[in-house]
Amino acid sequence: MKIKVDTAALKSTRWYEFVFRFFIGGAITALAGLAAKRFGPEIGGLFLAFPAIIPATATLIKKREQQKKERAGYEDAERGRAAAAVDVAGAAMGGLGLVTFALVVWLRMREWKTATALVVGTLAWFLVALSVWQLREMFCRRMRAHRPNVLTHALRSARDRKPVAHRR
Amino acid sequence: MKDILLRIVIGGVAVSAFAMLGELLKPKSFAGLFGAAPAVSLATLVLTVMKEGKAYASLEARSMVLGAIAFVVYAAIISRLMIRRRMQVLSATTLGLGTWFACAFGLWYGFLR
Repeated sequence: MKIKVDTAALKSTRWYEFVFRFFIGGAITALAGLAAKRFGPEIGGLFLAFPAIIPATATLIKKREQQKKERAGYEDAERGRAAAAVDVAGAAMGGLGLVTFALVVWLRMREWKTATALVVGTLAWFLVALSVWQLREMFCRRMRAHRPNVLTHALRSARDRKPVAHRR
Repeated sequence: MKDILLRIVIGGVAVSAFAMLGELLKPKSFAGLFGAAPAVSLATLVLTVMKEGKAYASLEARSMVLGAIAFVVYAAIISRLMIRRRMQVLSATTLGLGTWFACAFGLWYGFLR
């Protein structure tokens, strides 16, 4: 599947969705700082990867997809849930990039300039996340190509089935 | 208080910027990658280096490795719960946070304590 930039999606995003994310992001940054102050950097550091934004984003995606379907005249709760689940599955792949980011910053922060360590870490996050996503796409494409269509399989087995001899 | 407000503003801007970038991109699974962008960590680490120094920030990043592993476990489990078990989005994502806490603090207890 090709990666596309869709500016129309940004137009359909409501202002309060960004405000909501702004406050969640700000709150978790403040919480990470407070946790480090109170319990030290070893506990505070854990909160740098706290997934507070996921419940907010997934709920907004579900709501938006559901509204889109309702406007089209359907009532489909399943569609909203599926869209949210796909987004979270993407976040799981991005999480592997987040592990790489943390490793780069941990191992290179003392030797490199701060800006260099953070920029290289962010690039490493993106490259790892993108590679994992592309690998998964390739794997899924192959699986789809090799998996026999359920309907074709059912039709083929019905055709090949020998007539059963009836007992008298 | 000033420090907390600064963190809220910088963290909020960083998270919103990555979220906006994610909104622009398709397909959805690719846009989802930006849900795991290092927005909070970038904001926090910049402020930490300015205030506490590089060694302190490096220690935070070491713990972040474990937090990020817990993030992967959390996201993988809840996406599966929503697809396979048809669990509600809000309950899966919020109750699932317990998985993150258990995993992150379990790893911290096992490796860093």
